[in-house]
Amino acid sequence: MSILINKDTKIIVQGLTGKTGTFHTEQALAYHGTQMVAGTHPKKGGQTWTSADGQNLPLFSTVAEAKDRTGANASVIYVPPGSAAAAIQESIDAGIELITCITEGVPVMDMVQIKETLKKSNSRLIGPNCPGLMTPDECKIGIMPPSIFRRGSVGVLSRSGTLTYEAVYQTSMVGLGQSSAVGIGGDPVKGTEFIDVLEMFLADEDTESIIMIGEIGGSAEEDAAQFLIDEAKKGHEKPMVGFIAGRTSPPGRTMGHAGAVISGGKGGASEKIDALEAAGVRVSASPAQLGVTLLDLLNG
Amino acid sequence: MNIHEHQAKKILKEFGAPIAAGIAITHLDEAKKAIASLPGPVWVVKSQIHAGGRGKGWFKELGDDAKGGVRVSFSVDEALANAKEMFGKTLVTKQTGPNGKTVNQLYVEAGADIERELYLSILVDRETSKTSFVVSTEGGMDIEAVARDTPELIHSIGISASSGCTNLDAAKLADALTLTGVARDQGMALFKTLYNAFVGKDMSLLEINPLIVTKSNEVQVLDAKVSFDGNALFRHPDIMELRDETEQDKKEVEASKYDLAYIALDGEIGCMVNGAGLAMATMDIIKLYGSKPANFLDVGGSATTERVTAAFKIITADPNVKGILVNIFGGIMRCDVIAEGVVQAAKDINLKVPLVVRLEGTKVDEGKAIINSSGLNVIAANDLDDAAQKIVEAVKGMAHVNFNQ
Repeated sequence: MSILINKDTKIIVQGLTGKTGTFHTEQALAYHGTQMVAGTHPKKGGQTWTSADGQNLPLFSTVAEAKDRTGANASVIYVPPGSAAAAIQESIDAGIELITCITEGVPVMDMVQIKETLKKSNSRLIGPNCPGLMTPDECKIGIMPPSIFRRGSVGVLSRSGTLTYEAVYQTSMVGLGQSSAVGIGGDPVKGTEFIDVLEMFLADEDTESIIMIGEIGGSAEEDAAQFLIDEAKKGHEKPMVGFIAGRTSPPGRTMGHAGAVISGGKGGASEKIDALEAAGVRVSASPAQLGVTLLDLLNG
Repeated sequence: MNIHEHQAKKILKEFGAPIAAGIAITHLDEAKKAIASLPGPVWVVKSQIHAGGRGKGWFKELGDDAKGGVRVSFSVDEALANAKEMFGKTLVTKQTGPNGKTVNQLYVEAGADIERELYLSILVDRETSKTSFVVSTEGGMDIEAVARDTPELIHSIGISASSGCTNLDAAKLADALTLTGVARDQGMALFKTLYNAFVGKDMSLLEINPLIVTKSNEVQVLDAKVSFDGNALFRHPDIMELRDETEQDKKEVEASKYDLAYIALDGEIGCMVNGAGLAMATMDIIKLYGSKPANFLDVGGSATTERVTAAFKIITADPNVKGILVNIFGGIMRCDVIAEGVVQAAKDINLKVPLVVRLEGTKVDEGKAIINSSGLNVIAANDLDDAAQKIVEAVKGMAHVNFNQ
């Protein structure tokens, strides 16, 4: 078991013919045969995409057609920020179950629109501005570096791409490995929140512990903490380590991620750390101690 | 991206919002003509800087008894004297930090006959993922204090993206602000206008404090603070032209030319990291080991050798930098690209401070090979902990571990 994706997931690439789409699709194909089944391009339907090592994927003009012909249930988006909302919308309209948008720099107003249509649909969106998700030895969607993964028992979720890699790398180094890893993205308006993924990890049999990485800005970590408290009362509880990036960030400055800003006295690191600790999460002070802190917690 | 009050008012006026007559002044010799062109009997001379709290602010160069950055004047001469006193001076407010900001522009506006001061802002509420109005009858003051002390006086109303600001939404807002008669009709129209401006121009914040009701029961936008979503500027070239680079840190302006997210800080270790979260975490761990970061710098996911080189030059241009930590965990970013940029830049600028490089992830072996064969004096680090310790040691001579900070 795992969450969201496994060896049976079939993926369409929107933006396959671009440099980024090509590079990461080649990586995915090479990763335990992740089922990348097709690409889309409005003007290149009927043509074929070929990887550096000679693997071919069919190109279709639309996501709907690609889904029809290949039986795909997921899509991954590597298009420029100005076209990302339209690409997500196309996947929603085609009834894709799991949409992952890697694109960084999508206008917030576009996401406000998408979020409204998403709520009325059966699709789940991961991202935008995210590294994607992985189930080790089974399926890779997005841009996470495969070499750091190891099949195992830790569920990893994060708002930050590269800190997801830290957590994955460190849990591999201490021998725990991952059940699945999900980067939900650093934008203020996004498809999937911490709570959604926590619910899945708590229910997943292969996930024995969880690492959650938050950052300054917004209140998603506080919401997650409240959710964990409520779930624990129902008997749903797993050992968990947390980290909050941005303890030394000055207020009022947006730290790269559009969502990472302490404003109006809200979104500071210490409130988030307090909330998580109150929910029973062991919060690591150092981003380099995630793996050993979890190991320590598991060994009592 | 932030703009000045007078620029914000011009945009809102184009959308049809009621704004008093006013003229922006960028040179002091324009002031007399500008003031004389407004009928009076009241003129308001307002400092234009990218920060709030101007009215309660103070000027570094003026005495303690001098007035703040927004001055009501009752004659042309008084208005002119106020303009002369403020122009070119350094205004310090609650939001500028202790260094303050230079007043390079003034805005002279016809004075209004104020009956009531209200508060209105529009922003994207990340908890509901909706564009939301925040309004209060307690305008003209520090809204954060109102929110803290009397939260029941703050009303928030979310707007559906598909239907926009409806009559029902506008009526709720008018009720919340207790508008009646003509002011109510005008207010309901204004709310829709402001919503359209917010969405149409991809604003990230539109704050009107105060929105006033005049003695003749009409509504007017008395102040306007607008920020734009940097991600959407590509579709608003007109807005991009309003950028005032004198309001920004020079290194930050230079960084933005290369699409680098850079923020100058006051420490001694320059950081170059990929990813905002890892960049913040790298700053945090430097602090844990007893030193301070000189900057936040995220090279992003699609950096080229050229951009990495530019990033390196910007970091080393800071005279406080005593050492550099490069921390890259490649996903979309390839370690070989980073390595090439680092080698190129270190050679170009003849780097003299210690450099610690930690590479992991996509194309890590190729990246390490480039660094190792470069002939540069680089301290290689195995992981984040090792990297942080090594750079702090190199800069301080010894590391102090303090996990309680």
